[in-house]
Amino acid sequence: MKLFGVRLPAMSSLLIWGLLWELIGRAEFSFFVPPLSQVFSTLFEIFGTKAFQSALYETAYAFISGVFFAIVIGIPTGIFMGKNRLLDELLLPWVNIFLSAPLTALVPVLMVLFGFGMKSIIITTTLFAIWIIILNARAGVLQINRSLVEMATSFGASPWDAFTKVYVWAALPEILGGVRIGVIRAVKGVIIGQLLISIAGFGALFELYSANFLMSHFWAVLIVLFGLAFTISEFLAYLERRVSYYAAKR
Amino acid sequence: MLNRSLLLKFLSAFIVFGAWEIAGHIPVSYAFPTFIESMKALAEMTFDGRLYAAYVETLKPLAIGIAISAVVGITVGLWTGLNNWFDWLFSPIFIVMQAAPLAALIPLLVMVYGIGLTSKVFVVCIMAMPVIVLNTAGAVRNTPSSLIEMGKSFQASRLEVVTKIIIPAASPVIFSGLRLGISAGFIGAILSELKITPTGVGDIITFSRSIADYASMYAAIFSIIVLAVLFLNLLEKIENYLFEGNVRGYASD
Amino acid sequence: MDMLQTNVQTEITTAAQADIAVSVSNVSKNYGDVEALRDLSLEFPRGQLTSLLGPSGCGKTTLLKIIAGLLDPTSGDVLVDGKAVTGPGPDRAFVFQDFALLPWASVMRNVAFGLELRGVAKSEREAIAEKYIANVGLSGFEKSYPHELSGGMRQRVGLARALSVDADVLLMDEPFSAVDEQTRRKFQEDLLSLVANENKTFIFVTHSIEEAVYVSDQIAILLPRPSRVSDIIRPTGLREKDMLTIRRDPEYLDIVDEIWASLRSYVE
Repeated sequence: MKLFGVRLPAMSSLLIWGLLWELIGRAEFSFFVPPLSQVFSTLFEIFGTKAFQSALYETAYAFISGVFFAIVIGIPTGIFMGKNRLLDELLLPWVNIFLSAPLTALVPVLMVLFGFGMKSIIITTTLFAIWIIILNARAGVLQINRSLVEMATSFGASPWDAFTKVYVWAALPEILGGVRIGVIRAVKGVIIGQLLISIAGFGALFELYSANFLMSHFWAVLIVLFGLAFTISEFLAYLERRVSYYAAKR
Repeated sequence: MLNRSLLLKFLSAFIVFGAWEIAGHIPVSYAFPTFIESMKALAEMTFDGRLYAAYVETLKPLAIGIAISAVVGITVGLWTGLNNWFDWLFSPIFIVMQAAPLAALIPLLVMVYGIGLTSKVFVVCIMAMPVIVLNTAGAVRNTPSSLIEMGKSFQASRLEVVTKIIIPAASPVIFSGLRLGISAGFIGAILSELKITPTGVGDIITFSRSIADYASMYAAIFSIIVLAVLFLNLLEKIENYLFEGNVRGYASD
Repeated sequence: MDMLQTNVQTEITTAAQADIAVSVSNVSKNYGDVEALRDLSLEFPRGQLTSLLGPSGCGKTTLLKIIAGLLDPTSGDVLVDGKAVTGPGPDRAFVFQDFALLPWASVMRNVAFGLELRGVAKSEREAIAEKYIANVGLSGFEKSYPHELSGGMRQRVGLARALSVDADVLLMDEPFSAVDEQTRRKFQEDLLSLVANENKTFIFVTHSIEEAVYVSDQIAILLPRPSRVSDIIRPTGLREKDMLTIRRDPEYLDIVDEIWASLRSYVE
């Protein structure tokens, strides 16, 4: 967008929305919307508090473990599915089902099976992230140009060489694309898990703040959460762009 | 010979449900009923009408929420795709919403709107809206430029370019945005029943769990997942049927 | 047949001396700091086919879109029948490189689309479209959709759409570059009859030297960075020949060689 010939940065309109928020808050339009400035000053206060730090730590722990399992299980599964037709036909229907299924409904099962704790939250996170990672890794392997593989074999590449030097790289843009979407889903999964299990992390913090009607605290945590989620997603998009320059050209 | 892919689908279902059955017999956990027990509970719920009543309750916020999201989302999406100022002003909000864990807003919505239908509709809306808006706007922006030039070269007015070229060209992607929105809406509807107040299917799940009737709990969860998946698959079939030739027919294929 | 063609051709050639359908004078086009066209002037005689030929990046499509009114020149004027071009008009019709067919519309609606946008009533525009569908040899495909047609047939739809609005000037942007070689040869022959039979002015962008020499009354050779007209060649003798023997004609071969000699140093 251009204004008087000057290019406005892409996300700059958020400043306007922030300003609007501040004005609505100042006008005391609603108890639930404190001025943005007050939210920010609260934000700096709660950064130091024990409750916030442990919520952040627990969330990060559950998130990172969940994503770790999703990647470590998901990518190899997807690659095997892409290379083995029988395995593909057996697993693909399930991957597609869980990709579109409302996974929230499974959280109560996880709670009764794995308890009201970290374990259930981690599994929820993994469940949210893994299916798209599998599907994209599979798609990445399937789209590999046959002539690329034939080229490697014709120059005498061993199967292992062909795998590490051709397959993985040729499928990388899709795999990374899957990881990016998977991670965004994992952020949602970890929060949904915490809300439903609600004795850990931000779930517990939200309970605490809403029980005491601490609106600025509530918004402060939301801003941190949304900001982190957005940063993660943009960072991964940046990484993906760095690899995908060749994706369009093959 | 029976179709190979269908045969493998049956085999695959048999393996998974068989594993479920065996795991239930071991049992892996006191809270893990067998597949057959769960299906019995499902049949029971279906025949005594409980399931039907529950779904009427569950699908109400979903339907209202999706209807609102579709109308608002497609309108905003069209504007964002067509107008640079709108794009600059609104896109960042929906981009952030798309990446953000919006479920975190639920406690706030409950504080503001209470525990009734309004809150649940709101949850469905915030989950479904971003993808509808972003898909619509993206589709509008990605209209093949030669089609627009073609319209202009025949002196189409701006309105004609929008109604006769841009909207038809964008409709497959808008439709799939709607499908993804409904998928997210299901998540929101169930989340709100589990988190805000147990009603409908969420009530069956929560209640069965509290009285340790795990077969019923699994049955309810099984049914909502099957329902959602079948419905979304149906939408995808409709989409493929409606827009069969729509994505092809350019010089490149 | 030969007799007749010769007559038609002489008529056109004599008339063309005075009658200029489209004239481009001192046109420049800048994209930011990049000069796409600089001070380009060119005249297009009525009833003839003029090719814009040059290596990629020489701005031939830019020039065509400026004549079409789809792009505004930074400076300079384009006159069609003495009237300045300010935007797309009913006197010009465009044939697109990628066909630009509506994938959701039948052949009939696609061909009639130009008339639909001009507000012609449905029955009337379908009667006109029907005629041009038959003209380009697509009778029986009225209800088909673009994805059901081959590349060559799709471009015939694009051509029928441009013809159906009965514009004086036909602007063709590498129209045959996306179809296979045999189909392209058939198209080139059909184009020659079209130029002979319809009293229209054709402006034809191509990057194929052979194609340009085969179909053109006049060839404008454009050189890149910034684009300018380096030469205008008129293969005058060729139009009187039988279209099947042109490719063996010494004049044809000489012109092809001559153009290649002048262009080769500009090809990366």
